[in-house]
Amino acid sequence: MAYSDKVIDHYQNPKNVGTLDKSKNNVGTGLVGAPECGDVMRLQIEVDEESGLIKDAKFKTFGCGSAIASSSLATEWLKGKTVDQALAIDNMDIVEELNLPPVKIHCSVLAEDAIKAAINDYRVKNGMPELELEKKPH
Amino acid sequence: MPIYLDNNATTPMDPRVLEAMLPYFVEKFGNAASRNHSFGWVAEEAVDYAREQVAKLINADPKEIIFTSGATEADNLAIKGVYEMYSSKGNHIITATTEHKAVLDTCKHIEKTGGKVTYLDVKADGLIDLAELEAAITPQTILIAIMYGNNEIGVIQPVREISAIARKHGVLFFTDATQAVGKIPVDVQKDGIDLMAFSGHKMYGPKGVGVLYVRRKNPRVKVTAQMDGGGHERGMRSGTLNVPGIVGLGKACELCMNEMESEAKRLSVMRDRLESALMELEEAYVNGNREHRLPHVANISFKYVEGEGLMMGFNKDIAVSSGSACTSASLEPSYVLKALGLGDDLAHSSLRFGLGRFTTDEQIDYTINAVRSTVLKLREMSPLWEMYKEGVDIDSIEWAHH
Repeated sequence: MAYSDKVIDHYQNPKNVGTLDKSKNNVGTGLVGAPECGDVMRLQIEVDEESGLIKDAKFKTFGCGSAIASSSLATEWLKGKTVDQALAIDNMDIVEELNLPPVKIHCSVLAEDAIKAAINDYRVKNGMPELELEKKPH
Repeated sequence: MPIYLDNNATTPMDPRVLEAMLPYFVEKFGNAASRNHSFGWVAEEAVDYAREQVAKLINADPKEIIFTSGATEADNLAIKGVYEMYSSKGNHIITATTEHKAVLDTCKHIEKTGGKVTYLDVKADGLIDLAELEAAITPQTILIAIMYGNNEIGVIQPVREISAIARKHGVLFFTDATQAVGKIPVDVQKDGIDLMAFSGHKMYGPKGVGVLYVRRKNPRVKVTAQMDGGGHERGMRSGTLNVPGIVGLGKACELCMNEMESEAKRLSVMRDRLESALMELEEAYVNGNREHRLPHVANISFKYVEGEGLMMGFNKDIAVSSGSACTSASLEPSYVLKALGLGDDLAHSSLRFGLGRFTTDEQIDYTINAVRSTVLKLREMSPLWEMYKEGVDIDSIEWAHH
């Protein structure tokens, strides 16, 4: 199966690879997936406390090219959004943007899960209740 | 041209093989079973000659060579054919968990029809335990089916010891030698093999042609045909013979016969160089026994990077294969690597390198650099690598399995 040009571009030039300081209160970290399943994503957001906007986002991913591209794209989309806007990112938006084939849709689901896990971590750290998340099939 | 290091999947055809085949498409197109005219005689003569070339490579009698469409068909014919032919003697077959799917799924089929199959586990190095094999034999056992060299890790099973055990108990021994024939010396007499499958396209011959070797003496082995028809191949495999394919397979066998010894040396030197260079990376592991191994195969796990993602770093230029299948349909990594006791994470992190006749030193140099730099790059991107480096016990994390 050939990868789309966008997947290849994110794979070759991933955006926002790295680590944010998870001890900071305004940093939310989501770690999803499992090594046994062949993909693990860690996605982090840093929220600007004054504006409520996500000022930085970083990821590290163990997985195939589509998993790497999905998380790279997710960090791009997160920056500049409010936390509520970030919650609205749907995995199918990622599928569409990256032209993921059906067998790789689970990579986009994982990225959406990672975003939501990061937001929940941020919420809990800041005294907000954890959101009940709809579980999408992988 | 990209570098081809997936010679366990298939090999390119040797141009000398193609040259031998070409006259048998248009000019010498006869049916080898046409006994009454020169077109048939020419074809029959070509098949007879190829049969001799094939037999010579494995030290068999030409009459013991049954041409098939490939190794999968030969595996099916051997196992189902023995099961049906010897049903009055018993219904038990012994095989191993690391066999090719063509053997495993044929055994599964036999179980559905009422047969009994024992699947031997392998040791951590991929070899079967001979004591376990012998202990698994019952009075109902009719066949031991253990492969010669493994397609994923290249491990060579102790074929002579296995055949000695089979002989001692009066059980037939079948081996799928698809990866071994033409690569290392395989001798059906010395090895004590009763039935053996292999195919043309793994030894620089054409696709669509293979062989089932069926012993004719000590003991005389018979298999029940799995296809009904004109009674070709001594009644064991009906169907008009694939004359150009068979001619090509014969030529491929002749070339292997002449070149195998020096070629195996050349390939093992290159393979070892590739392997030791890649093993300089941290957390890299060779899968399978390194001593009892085909000369052209290396299977290495690079911990904390995922195989498919790793291949993407260089698959424009280099063709290898991974034990990881990252699709929603199959998140299961290689069952062979799991049978060695590898965790799913290491199995997902593996690459298989299969060198071949046309592999050069320059290609190995290029591959070493490309794999190395991709592993390093992906580890920088891997959360697992970061945890490992920080001393986090990854197994202690409660992962959400999906």
